[in-house]
Amino acid sequence: MSETREQVRAYIVDNFLFGDDSGLEDSTSFLESGMIDSTGILEVISFLEEQFSIKVHDEELIPENLDSIGNIVGFLGAKMAVA
Amino acid sequence: MTSADEFSYDTLVIDAEKEVEKICSRIRDGLKNRLKRRGLVVGLSGGIDSSVTAALAVKAIGSDRVFGLEMPERHSAKETTSLSRSVIDHLGIDSQRIDISPILEAVGFYRLYDDAVRLAIPGYGAGWKSKIVISSIFEHQGFSLLSVVAQSPDGETVTERLPLKPYLEIVAATNFKQRTRKMLEYYHADRLNFAVAGTPNRLEYDQGFFVKLGDGAADLKPIAHLYKTQVYQLAEYLGIPEEVRKRPPTTDTYSLAQGQDEFYFSLPYRAMDLCLYGKNHGIEPAKVAQAIGLKPGQVQKVYEDIDTKRVTTRYLHLKPLLMEEVPEIVV
Repeated sequence: MSETREQVRAYIVDNFLFGDDSGLEDSTSFLESGMIDSTGILEVISFLEEQFSIKVHDEELIPENLDSIGNIVGFLGAKMAVA
Repeated sequence: MTSADEFSYDTLVIDAEKEVEKICSRIRDGLKNRLKRRGLVVGLSGGIDSSVTAALAVKAIGSDRVFGLEMPERHSAKETTSLSRSVIDHLGIDSQRIDISPILEAVGFYRLYDDAVRLAIPGYGAGWKSKIVISSIFEHQGFSLLSVVAQSPDGETVTERLPLKPYLEIVAATNFKQRTRKMLEYYHADRLNFAVAGTPNRLEYDQGFFVKLGDGAADLKPIAHLYKTQVYQLAEYLGIPEEVRKRPPTTDTYSLAQGQDEFYFSLPYRAMDLCLYGKNHGIEPAKVAQAIGLKPGQVQKVYEDIDTKRVTTRYLHLKPLLMEEVPEIVV
């Protein structure tokens, strides 16, 4: 799972933070911190679907799955365990 | 309103005569002292906001100083031009009707739009109609879902959730419409030495329901501080033709008929007005819920959605960022 975490983190840092990861914890809420808005969430979904060859379903589009690095890693873990 | 106990639709009732006087005085002041222009150009869509804006302009500076522009295109609702015409006749202003379809065709809008929709619905093409809809914040627990709804020539309806690429491309293409209209408004404003009046109401202005450098661009915005309900009040006071006042608000942007509350706002405008007012005035969701017949939890969600939209659309309000202050330029 740590490889997945690194991939997700690298994407978030590169795509949204222009390489500056200061203050970014695994638990940092993307929305509350103002880092990522609703269009940004679409970008995250697009990244996850392409990078991990998964399909994110409507009912899975919730903050508990997507609003932090930790949440995404947990979501991917559950998703890939089922696959 | 004397106390929060009396919170109801009546809370938004204003003194129309006084409000019109105030706005007109500020329009004159703005033109004379800040903008230094001789009149106003108003794009008329046949909707309530542009009709009231034009009527306020006429009241403020006279019909000979207001120029109306009707700018329909291929996807505009059929009734649009008869409604805008009735407003022009009512106000007695000079105007021009420009079908913007050839301009949109020339920039590739129709092709780009169809190509973008085809990314989500491969069969989409000639004869189809479509629109974008947003998930209800009450039905879907989580992030907003944006979908494209398309209707085939034989009436079959297809709905697909929009991934990032088609979503961005559809919005980018559609924004050509508002920007083309604004380009023409400024052409006429420059030609006449007039300024451009923007037409957003408070819901649209606050929630970022406009296109940057499209309908968001203007030299003054006479009704941006007014809730939509109040715009209707002024419409009645200003004698805007009844057919305009009775028409439900529409985005008039997509080929398939689309209400503003299925594309952007979480509630029909009257309820949305009260929620925005309630939030702005620190009124408990329970009180607002009682007034509009929703549950307190639902109003709480609307309050949260208002904040989300404010954050998401802040970029639309931002002026260009300078890397260093230029203190000699004071605006």
